[in-house]
Amino acid sequence: MINKNERLASRLPDVAGNGLVDRRALLGRGMLFASAATAGIGSSLAAAAEPLPVDPWSKEPGTVIPPYGVPAKYESKVVRTLTNPNNEARTSNARTPHHLLDGTITPAGLHFVVARAGFPDIDPSKHRLVIHGLVKQPLVFDLEALSRYPKVTRIHFVECGGNSAPLYNKDPIQANVQAIHGLLSCSEWTGVRLSTLLEETGIDPKAKWLLAEGADAPSMNRSIPLAKALDDAMVALYQNGERINPAQGYPMRLLVPGYEGNMNVKWLHRIKLIEEPVMAINETLQYTYRVAGPKIWQFFFPMEVKSFITQPSPGLTLKGPGFYEISGLAYSGNGRIAKVMVSADGGKSWAEAALVEPVLSKALTRFRMPWRWDGQPVVLQSRAWDEAGNVQPTRSEMFAERGEPKVNTPVTAFPMGHMNVITSWAVDHNGEIKHVYG
Amino acid sequence: MFTAEHFLTVAISVGLCLGCAAAANAADLPGLGKPISEAELALWDISIGPDGKGLPPGSGTAAQGAAIYAQKCEACHGKDGHDGSNSVLINAPGKSGRTMALYVPNSTTIFDFVRRAMPWPQPKSLTNDEVYALTAYILAGNKIIGENDAMNAETLPKVQMPNRNAFVSRYPDKH
Repeated sequence: MINKNERLASRLPDVAGNGLVDRRALLGRGMLFASAATAGIGSSLAAAAEPLPVDPWSKEPGTVIPPYGVPAKYESKVVRTLTNPNNEARTSNARTPHHLLDGTITPAGLHFVVARAGFPDIDPSKHRLVIHGLVKQPLVFDLEALSRYPKVTRIHFVECGGNSAPLYNKDPIQANVQAIHGLLSCSEWTGVRLSTLLEETGIDPKAKWLLAEGADAPSMNRSIPLAKALDDAMVALYQNGERINPAQGYPMRLLVPGYEGNMNVKWLHRIKLIEEPVMAINETLQYTYRVAGPKIWQFFFPMEVKSFITQPSPGLTLKGPGFYEISGLAYSGNGRIAKVMVSADGGKSWAEAALVEPVLSKALTRFRMPWRWDGQPVVLQSRAWDEAGNVQPTRSEMFAERGEPKVNTPVTAFPMGHMNVITSWAVDHNGEIKHVYG
Repeated sequence: MFTAEHFLTVAISVGLCLGCAAAANAADLPGLGKPISEAELALWDISIGPDGKGLPPGSGTAAQGAAIYAQKCEACHGKDGHDGSNSVLINAPGKSGRTMALYVPNSTTIFDFVRRAMPWPQPKSLTNDEVYALTAYILAGNKIIGENDAMNAETLPKVQMPNRNAFVSRYPDKH
């Protein structure tokens, strides 16, 4: 007996090379199975099922419900990778395991972290946010006061300016999605618009920038255009419904949607309105980008349109020919995602992926693409467009402007920033997946 | 009806409000921020502009800095500024790596970063004289200033950094 979805999959023609199926196969329906007969491929789905026993967990009471729940013990491998687990005197990077997640919201405990000196233990009752400099009246706010302000709730990604840096290597680095693209996460943020607070302090017309500074040990600071602050910046107090995670800036962080992660200053305690950037270490030595010329790009803020496939991807070996859903993430610091195209033949032919609603500005968008794998080697790619008309560049398009990568670096190094080129995954006969340059 | 004319009025009043309102007279705002004077927040106001605005009193030389460096910095950055577990601050003889001082466009950045963030285990523990001395030590070690040049609020901002013309701003345009 063939069900409705199987009939649909077998009826819809391939829309691009190597088995990409029209995305309408996914719309409004649940799981989709390719018809084994139609695809001409043997499938275990057709084998008779074993009789179902009554399992032990159905025959005894379960575990007491804890005050704060944690994921199932079987999910213990779904964790961040740490570059500095012993908190030695250097920066710590913790990367999000996108290959083991689905949807678009990152659990707070899996949100990526770049921290110069761990996270501070801030007593929320003693934390203060001061706004001063080129204002009419400097003001200081405590958490209780800020919590009484009108709040907004928005879903936004935060991405490190150095995310995906391993793509700027001479040869394709053999690493998974977490290692290459893991300095990216997305949360629902709730807080007070910065413009609301600046209305209360007043703004001296000479102010063109602001300095945002954290209360952490190195007092991490960045210069941010005042125009951005008045546009959509937020002093965020909640992350995914709960108070901000300590490693994300508890009790408050700055959110500058779409701008590079480092500008979303965590543990925010001071905002100073200024005329010109202060040339902080994080906007001179770091988060500047050496490109062809030679020159160094500075104040490169929006994270430009990007996508990558999370499933399948390196480490997630395919279990034989048949139906798979290709799925991944797309986003732009310049607005909404307009379109994602997927290729299974290394970019020769492309098919439009389904975008999972809601498609939000400066937020992660999940894309899905039905695929029948025939067991032959293929190269999977995705390419995104945003509503501003920006298109994710190919490697050659980007390097024409920035210069070719000449060396290979360790996977945790940052040879380039704002790397939004197309990522390619090669699937071999055995279903094993490697990173390649398409 | 929300007319274009009405919108213009709203836009103008918001503009005026941003320009002149203080907490006390913005009737429709919560007004829960407490007024504070610049003097009361002086200990927090550690940022320094590239023109030297905000530099504190004090002074230091490379020789003074060398002694402080050996005591408080060498464990991570290595003897004489190189071959440590952390960033090379002064290239070893014969080496020409891209150190902080050879890269950043402004000398004030070095003072600012050392004062706010170093030494890693005890940030903000150095006196201003010590920070000036360490800044002089780093600049002299990179041959950007002379061995005997004292760094202070007047001399530091005038230091010409070798890489200052390499930087191109991508804000607001692309580049």
